[in-house]
Amino acid sequence: MNVLHRVGRWIGEHLVLAAGVLVLVYMFVPIAVVMLMSFNDNSKSRNVYAFRDFTWHNWANVCQPDGMCEAVLRSVVIGLSATLVATILGTLAAFALVRHRFLGRSSMNTIIFLPMASPEIVMGSSLLALFVSAGFGGRLGMVTIFIAHVMFCLSFVIVTVKARLAGLDGNLEEAAMDLYASESTTFWRVTFPLVFPGIAAAALLSFSLSFDDFIITNLNAGQTVTFPMYVWGVAQRGIPMQVNVIGTIMFLVALAIVVGNMLATRRKQPA
Amino acid sequence: MSLAADRTDTTARPAEGPRDLRLAALTKEFATFTAVRSLDLTVPAGTFFALLGPSGCGKTTTLRMVAGLETPTSGTIHLGDRDITWEKPYRRPVNTVFQNYALFPHLDIHENVAFGLRRRGVKDVDQQVQEMLELVELESQARKKPPQMSGGQQQRVALARALINRPEVLLLDEPLGALDLKLRRSMQIEIKRIQEEVGLTFVHVTHDQEEAMTMADTIAVMNGGVIEQMGSPTELYENPQTTFVANFLGQSNLIAGTVASAEGDVVRVDMHGTQVSIPVDRAHTRTGAGWVGIRPEKVLVAPAGEPIDAPGNHMTGGVVTDVSFVGVSTQYLVRMPWGQELMAFEQNTGRRKILRHGAEVDVSWRPEFAFLLPADQDVRAGAFEED
Amino acid sequence: MRRGRFTGYWLMLPAALWLGVFFVIPFYSLLATSLYDPEGSVLTGYDVTWHVANFADALREHADELWRSLWYAGVATVICAVLGYVLAYAIAFKAGRWRNVMLVLVIAPFFTSFLVRTLSWKLILADDGFVVDFLQTLHLMGEDDRLLATPVAVIAGLVYNFLPFMVLPLYASLEKIDVRLIEAAGDLYASPARGFWKVTLPLSMPGLVAGTLLTFIPSAGDYINAQLLGSTNQRMVGNVIQDLFTNTGDYATAGALSVTLMVIIVAMVVLYIRKAGTEELL
Repeated sequence: MNVLHRVGRWIGEHLVLAAGVLVLVYMFVPIAVVMLMSFNDNSKSRNVYAFRDFTWHNWANVCQPDGMCEAVLRSVVIGLSATLVATILGTLAAFALVRHRFLGRSSMNTIIFLPMASPEIVMGSSLLALFVSAGFGGRLGMVTIFIAHVMFCLSFVIVTVKARLAGLDGNLEEAAMDLYASESTTFWRVTFPLVFPGIAAAALLSFSLSFDDFIITNLNAGQTVTFPMYVWGVAQRGIPMQVNVIGTIMFLVALAIVVGNMLATRRKQPA
Repeated sequence: MSLAADRTDTTARPAEGPRDLRLAALTKEFATFTAVRSLDLTVPAGTFFALLGPSGCGKTTTLRMVAGLETPTSGTIHLGDRDITWEKPYRRPVNTVFQNYALFPHLDIHENVAFGLRRRGVKDVDQQVQEMLELVELESQARKKPPQMSGGQQQRVALARALINRPEVLLLDEPLGALDLKLRRSMQIEIKRIQEEVGLTFVHVTHDQEEAMTMADTIAVMNGGVIEQMGSPTELYENPQTTFVANFLGQSNLIAGTVASAEGDVVRVDMHGTQVSIPVDRAHTRTGAGWVGIRPEKVLVAPAGEPIDAPGNHMTGGVVTDVSFVGVSTQYLVRMPWGQELMAFEQNTGRRKILRHGAEVDVSWRPEFAFLLPADQDVRAGAFEED
Repeated sequence: MRRGRFTGYWLMLPAALWLGVFFVIPFYSLLATSLYDPEGSVLTGYDVTWHVANFADALREHADELWRSLWYAGVATVICAVLGYVLAYAIAFKAGRWRNVMLVLVIAPFFTSFLVRTLSWKLILADDGFVVDFLQTLHLMGEDDRLLATPVAVIAGLVYNFLPFMVLPLYASLEKIDVRLIEAAGDLYASPARGFWKVTLPLSMPGLVAGTLLTFIPSAGDYINAQLLGSTNQRMVGNVIQDLFTNTGDYATAGALSVTLMVIIVAMVVLYIRKAGTEELL
């Protein structure tokens, strides 16, 4: 009985963790494959889905495939501008929702939730319907993509900043005012520095959402090609290995930012 | 950033000579209840003043109005001759030690303490911060961030951050509530010492009666938005004027009785067949029914028939129903013939054996220790602190 | 900080306008589109003719894809819930000091292109890929059986893509559970399994509900997995809508299908939340 019990307990302790790690592995297999394929030399083969030989060629000649780097650049430009606008508007809105009472505040909270709960295909086609009925059907491009991206990033920014702001101890601002800081000094010396990590996280999230979006973008892009649309286009005929290089770079940059941030906060608060 | 505006502000500087803090008819109503009801209060300059009461009695609201973090519904707050009722918090020579300390998590200890001075554009900030950190014995921790410090250390930082500004009035909002008992005791003595050293007016809000009695020169007991009684710790303890004070500050036996006569400097009360006498300055009613109050440590117990060394009110027929030995003293519950159980605390001097459960005893106390309260007051008020 | 009665309105205004014009109004445009005269085209323009028959047409022609979308999304959500729960539970209660590392690893795939990762699945599941080889060696698959272009591939892709959306809310609610509650259950004679069933699971319900919604909704509208990993036999409603809008130009039917999908999802979500008793989520 005792032995059985202990075996059962051991399994309970470690099986769950092992299963969890297996799930993580499942999540990482495709990324590992992407990394591996970025070193694949498939110049002698028409089959793009098998690893032939190791080469640095893809990394050394990233921009070789026609139009790919232009598409990446376009995605970066859209990502940065949509992030900038969505982060500013979203932060202002988060302050309004947490710090102020106004008419329609609760319906605003619901409307913010909806874009996150709607299928992208529906949002994308709605926006297309609007553009077409407003006579912009023939002028789809960077501007309409930008508009769409700000729209779906806004909700995520508002929710992220709101959470940070709501978790802020109101006593800190009172303490600042008690210590001779005027309203504006209190904001810039205490409120803003404390909310900033939330704003930064929101911006990072915005950029990756924007950079990666395909469904909504594809419906509203017209002839403009973003990086995901480029990948979609070439997927039918066989993708150049350089796409994997871009995927790997994105992953490493994001990982560096997240890990760097984690280490920075840990150094600040080892307790 | 309007740093420039802050710098030109001279009103935050302490005035020449200390000034009294006066609250007049101060009232604060919230949407659903009145937190503070027409409060009149004067805190003499340089004293350690405690606002004591159960949670929700309005003490914190009063403090926040003095700090400027809450605006009164009506009434005024004066510092000497200066009306500060409507002053912004950052224009008052008043600083607060917050309940949860409210230390800025993004600034280190040095910068937390320097915050007020920097806002006021004071020179040689670093020097002053250094001295202040020495006062609270944290000079070696200056570059740590608040989350890296223990509760007691954070508490001292909060104190230093407020004190360095030399405010005319320092407000302390339950500053020791989060600390464990031993640390709390030593911090109480520490804060009292600092107050005597710097000579500023301290207003301390707490629900802990022992803390208030240890630290304060004057205590105001608050209940339901009004002050029940104000005075020195001894006055409040020895001569409470309401059942609330009698029960909230320490413990009391309250026994129903009827005033038989009130002549000269003594009021005589008939208490379940026994006549007890109460000095007139401790009798807070002169006619009709009342509560005779006596503190448990003033009640003497002896086995039935044996002499009790207290010439005074003497009652027989008690039975010990509970004995709790707590080290320094033994606490008895004695059932009296009229059914009530009286508390009696006896110092463990070793002069006599501890009484057993069920022992028949006589009970007595000196008349000058008893007090008389009006019968219309709730006998249980303040007895159970829901915290 | 609460100066000015109108400050709140001014702060809210830009975001509210953006969402109003580019999120709320488009729904009306979509509704209008779904009632277009189907004879119109991008060139000749469209008229709202209250052509309700668009819906009947759309449903008659594309009921299969619609049904398949809900079915695939449902299966993917259930698998995600199981896998996601195991992972979230492991991170919250078993990971110890590896907790943060594991969390970062959950978020990390977010930052790598969705499409590139899905294409990588195509490679993994390819006919001469190692998964198929392995299964064929074990005789779990016949020599000519494929993984690509099957419902299995599409659902695996959906599970893979939306798993983080399940793990994160689940972790958030598991992490909040006071371990002492689980210990108390054990102290009160509950076996570990019963303790989990009666204490841990109910307390993690908000996370589970949020996770299933965040997985089901995007899965039902997805067409990337069906396109890249499936064949014409695995087409989902998203493929149809996308195709009708961008290739065929049949805005009326596409609009009607979009509206239908949205209505079905909203109805299911409302029913589900009622049933799960977590209205406070909304």
